Amino acid sequence: MPQAPSVATHSDYQLSQLDQLEAESIHVFREVAAEFEKPVLMFSGGKDSIVMLLLAEKAFFPAKLPFPLLQVDTGLDFDEVLATRDSWVGRLGARLVVASVEDAIAAGHVVDDGHTSRNRQQIGALLAAIEENGFTAAFGGGRRDEEKARAKERVYSHRDEFGQWDPKMQRPELWSLYNGRLHAGEHMRIFPISNWTELDIWHYIHREGIEIPSIYFAHEREVVERDGMLLSVGPEIRPRDGERAETRTVRFRTVGDRTQTGCVESQATDTASIIEEIAVARVTERGATRGDDRFSEAAMEDRKKEGYF
Amino acid sequence: MATATTHDPYDMDLLRFATAGSVDDGKSTLIGRLLLDSKSIFEDQLEAVETTSQSKGYDYTDLALLTDGLRSEREQGITIDVAYRYFATPNRKFIIADTPGHVQYTRNMVTGASTADLGLVLVDARQGLTEQSRRHAVLLSLLRVPHLVLCINKMDLVDWSEETYEKIHAEFTQFATKLTIPDLEVIPISALNGDNVVHRSENTPWYHGPTLMHHLEHVHVASDRDLQDVRFPVQYVIRPKSDAHHDYRGYAGQLAGGVIRAGDEVVVLPSGLPSRVAKVELFDREVAEAFPPMSVTVHLEDDVDVSRGDMIARPRNAPTPTQDVDAMVCWMTNEPLRPRQKLAIKHTSRSGRAMVKDVQYRLDINTLHRDQAAGELGLNEIGRVQLRTTVPLLCDPYSKNRTTGSFILIDEATGVTVGAGMINDAG
Repeated sequence: MPQAPSVATHSDYQLSQLDQLEAESIHVFREVAAEFEKPVLMFSGGKDSIVMLLLAEKAFFPAKLPFPLLQVDTGLDFDEVLATRDSWVGRLGARLVVASVEDAIAAGHVVDDGHTSRNRQQIGALLAAIEENGFTAAFGGGRRDEEKARAKERVYSHRDEFGQWDPKMQRPELWSLYNGRLHAGEHMRIFPISNWTELDIWHYIHREGIEIPSIYFAHEREVVERDGMLLSVGPEIRPRDGERAETRTVRFRTVGDRTQTGCVESQATDTASIIEEIAVARVTERGATRGDDRFSEAAMEDRKKEGYF
Repeated sequence: MATATTHDPYDMDLLRFATAGSVDDGKSTLIGRLLLDSKSIFEDQLEAVETTSQSKGYDYTDLALLTDGLRSEREQGITIDVAYRYFATPNRKFIIADTPGHVQYTRNMVTGASTADLGLVLVDARQGLTEQSRRHAVLLSLLRVPHLVLCINKMDLVDWSEETYEKIHAEFTQFATKLTIPDLEVIPISALNGDNVVHRSENTPWYHGPTLMHHLEHVHVASDRDLQDVRFPVQYVIRPKSDAHHDYRGYAGQLAGGVIRAGDEVVVLPSGLPSRVAKVELFDREVAEAFPPMSVTVHLEDDVDVSRGDMIARPRNAPTPTQDVDAMVCWMTNEPLRPRQKLAIKHTSRSGRAMVKDVQYRLDINTLHRDQAAGELGLNEIGRVQLRTTVPLLCDPYSKNRTTGSFILIDEATGVTVGAGMINDAG
């Protein structure tokens, strides 16, 4: 594992940008833990939520996390992602709350119309879990560099009783003074890694030697090319007429539900080569591999208004 | 350490800058240009913008479309909220707070400028300084943004006239004498064509200053931080209450000023109890010292009572706790700020209530005239206000410390942030 540079050597009292981002994120975690009655960390098992988890660990060390983790189980999660989740939960001794989309469908919170993606159905399961557990603040791993609508998201993002985001009614957010005031039934989404870019995340994973799901690294997988994306062949994804399943060396840039998340051809087997690959990448991570963001230019904005992460 | 690039990505520093200007000044085009020429735009983003430009029948790719994020904005062709953008060059990462020029500009600009190290003001070379560019400079000065860049844009439309550049430069310098602008750079550019943005222009042989990108990459921001006066607002008390860490009691927070080391004599405010720093921790290791903006955990030698909202400072260099606050307030909601009004206040990690004692004057940010008869502050207005707080604030003048000198005001009924305050120098 590469050694983190010791801050004591900064004779010019200059903190590197990665250390500044870390310090600011830790500040946000502590602020929320101090001011909210019942926070929860939304944990997907993806790299962003894992970085978030490490930052939370650093914020409260040597105490355990003062809040549980919430995972929305789409029923279509990659096994490798669930394995990493369990490993982190075990190591931190954290409490895990699982909100299942299947259960939400059964309970009537979500209607499965057969063609809405699980990613979109997560919204209902998530909001139901927040309401049932009475969570007042939910940490999410969203980053402002991901997408245009996210660029205007606050670190503290206020949600009304319906869990909705109103971009025109956002509270001004100045300095590092966060306003966590809520009315009954409302909650706050908290984005502690708002200012991190995809490259920052990878540099941090590399520097800290963080354990992430193996599907982020190059491996052989049976895939089918559809709409310009490579989808993993499995129980839900079968080659259609005119399509051909083939084994290629690929990796995932994001991990969502396996019917919606494409992979890219890659030879990157470690974090250093992933960083190299991203540094020259010409397509954003969502544009490349997330079918759910490709329907319209405003796809993310619409989902966020409904209560997406 | 294995790295993918020739520089050391773990040693890059950070520059936050706020941009101000309207669509007509070419601000979004300039940001699009910075992102494009620093190769921070991805193919799918550029393609989406090219498609939209074509469908709208434009002759060229409208780089402004890259930064207009919300659908309602794209439909109306205006920017309605602060947007944050990111790009990096080999040695520095940049965070842009992109603030709109028209609607709600004061509120948004104050928000964007609150965290900025540098402010970028754009003027159209054909128009020269406008009321709006003066307002932007006033707000950046009020928010104590230490570096200011005036970009004189659309130089191609005035035939790259040195005279025009010098005239606007002189006019701005004259105006700036009334403001607090420690560092000013004036750059002639064409955002549309990229002249002097990233690449030096052949059209301005008379200009010997830096390109905008060169200036952004090299402007020295490290010395803007206060390393003299120790200010450590306690955010959270870490008490694991586990067998392994039975007696552990650490005070977690983010350094707002000064350098703190083990062995330092300190004082805890507002109680005034003295102690000494036993150790400073960063996650699982002890560090020799901590400085802003590090988030650390501080241990004291004595078992004094310390809780969230307290501040650790040095015995002969500590803020005096006060319940009477004299500040410049930017008001951000429709219902005006009036004397006797009660609000919630948040200052560092301390929260309380405040009552408006007096609105001393309203500042006209176009003329800098102080209207003492105003009596109240409306939406997007700024004025000098006296407050009385229920809890003592441990504050410094904003001119000394932007963290311990700032606060927000919250409407207790709606929970909305309605005001931003900057504490005035005493006397």
